[in-house]
Amino acid sequence: MKKKHLQRLDLIFKNEHDTEAILEKTFKRSNDDVINDLISSGLKGRGGAGFPTGLKWKLASEEETEVKYVICNADEGEPGTFKDREILSSVPHKVLAGMAVCARIIGAKKGFIYLRGEYLFLKPQLLEAIDKFHSLLDEMKVDFRVEIFLGSGAYICGEESALFESMEGKRGEPRNKPPFPTAQGYKDKPTVINNVETLAHTYSIFKYGPEKFRDLGIQDSRGSKVFSVSGDTPVPGIYELEFGMSLQKFVDDFADGDAKAVQVGGASGFCVPRKRFDKTVIGYQGKLRGTSLPTGGSMMIFNSSRSMYNVLHNYLDFFVEESCGQCTPCRVGTQQLLLGVEAVKKGEQPSSYLDKLMDLAEAMRITAKCGLGQSVANSFSSIVENFKEEMIY
Amino acid sequence: MTAVKQLVKGLAEQHGRNEESLLPILQGIVSQEQHISEDAMVEVARELNISAAQVYGTATFYSFLHTKPLGKFVIRVCKTITCMMHGKNQIIKELETVLKINLGETTHDGKFTLLETNCLGQCHKGPAMLINDKPYTQLTPEKVREIIMMYRHEEVRAN
Ligand SMILES: Cc1cc2nc3c(=O)[nH]c(=O)nc-3n(C[C@H](O)[C@H](O)[C@H](O)COP(=O)(O)O)c2cc1C
Ligand code: SF4
Ligand code: FES
Repeated sequence: MKKKHLQRLDLIFKNEHDTEAILEKTFKRSNDDVINDLISSGLKGRGGAGFPTGLKWKLASEEETEVKYVICNADEGEPGTFKDREILSSVPHKVLAGMAVCARIIGAKKGFIYLRGEYLFLKPQLLEAIDKFHSLLDEMKVDFRVEIFLGSGAYICGEESALFESMEGKRGEPRNKPPFPTAQGYKDKPTVINNVETLAHTYSIFKYGPEKFRDLGIQDSRGSKVFSVSGDTPVPGIYELEFGMSLQKFVDDFADGDAKAVQVGGASGFCVPRKRFDKTVIGYQGKLRGTSLPTGGSMMIFNSSRSMYNVLHNYLDFFVEESCGQCTPCRVGTQQLLLGVEAVKKGEQPSSYLDKLMDLAEAMRITAKCGLGQSVANSFSSIVENFKEEMIY
Repeated sequence: MTAVKQLVKGLAEQHGRNEESLLPILQGIVSQEQHISEDAMVEVARELNISAAQVYGTATFYSFLHTKPLGKFVIRVCKTITCMMHGKNQIIKELETVLKINLGETTHDGKFTLLETNCLGQCHKGPAMLINDKPYTQLTPEKVREIIMMYRHEEVRAN
């Protein structure tokens, strides 16, 4: 084994069962205190966008509406991500505890776990955990209930507003924003929607206090993060690591010694070539030096035997299928990018055509209605720029 | 009352007759019948008092809701990048050989349908596939043959 640089953490997956104590403790405190703890912990959403969790709860708590909702986003559809499945199967009680505290703070009586259809096999054990949780709530005389809502195979339904549409029985087509979910979410009611991992982190923050969380990570990227590691690695799997790590260290620990690129953040994330491993930090964009990349936790490693054309082709194929088709830049753009790289590869278009395609991808970043279409350029431009020869020959 | 009517009515009673119950009802139909027929859509619209067009719009949006008949066991092989890198094409080939069908087809006896799908969230254990809702991971051609054999045997036993 190589020398290990990165410390493996055991916060999220730690086998501990203190839901009752945590609920009692947080329910005794004022909403402001609990929210301030969350804010000072530095916790940001682990679903990809990185919105500060404490602030999200605060915004929803300030809405003066009787009916509000808490939703756990377990749609986990980003290629290369599988950590939420593991969290839900091994520590579902932590996610539920986080939902209960959130419900108390914002004033919600009902919560949902939006579980992707591909994870239907998890439903029985999850229902068991929910039953147990409901019994505890009954004992504590807490008026809150959680239901599972099952998805049906659509990546776009991970996008929060598409998820609400889907729950309302409609096609999973994203809405315009604003209004944001904290003002008008599910059934147009104020809704807090958080990623599975985000909710599980709140459990640790409530149990151990915000300092312990804040002590981990760097600058704008605090705490630990669960990474899904796949591709050319001898040790594929799920790892909890300190946020803000250098990509070089990650590669040293997890790649097979021959990594030529790492795709950070899945198909909608960025491709980092070997020459930039040491300049790249995994965390939210802030005052970091070098390049910092946010990630929902997907880390796909490619070694020198892989064709980056095939990688890009696979991602584009994914986007063409998963685009909801609602807005033209994304519906037509994804198809044109796919046809375009195929044409260059076959020699039907000159290599300069790639620049036009990159312009198209960048135009999608500005004109597409939701994060899906806006982020196609992330992988597209970073792969094409760094591996141009592979796109042509 | 026809079987479809009965089924939809039962599902509407179980999930409620509001818009939030549309997806659960459609999922319930698929889990019984493997697909949502036009009759079923019309029936759902009637039960929920919404337009058949809305039911159709929703039913055709989701990749797990089918409007064409499928086999009793729907096999979905992940075709996304890590599974592809770890040999999903070999897995598809093996399934095509064992089932004597091409990708996208259903066996003559109506037992198996072979499809591809996007990332199943099992990338560290690719290649991966689902048979109905059950995941199978770290597939090899040998393993695939055994799994299909098992499903065929279970069928025989169940009859
Ligand atoms: C195309 C697309 C897919 C998304 N898929 C997911 C997902 O599967 N899980 C998730 O938690 N967030 C997903 N998100 C982000 C959500 O919209 C939302 O920001 C997140 O659930 C908020 O939770 P957080 O603040 O805890 O991260 C997706 C966003 C986009 C644009
Ligand atoms: S960007 Fe794509 S996925 Fe998003 S709304 Fe437009 S078509 Fe739909
Ligand atoms: S790439 Fe196949 S399960 Fe994720």
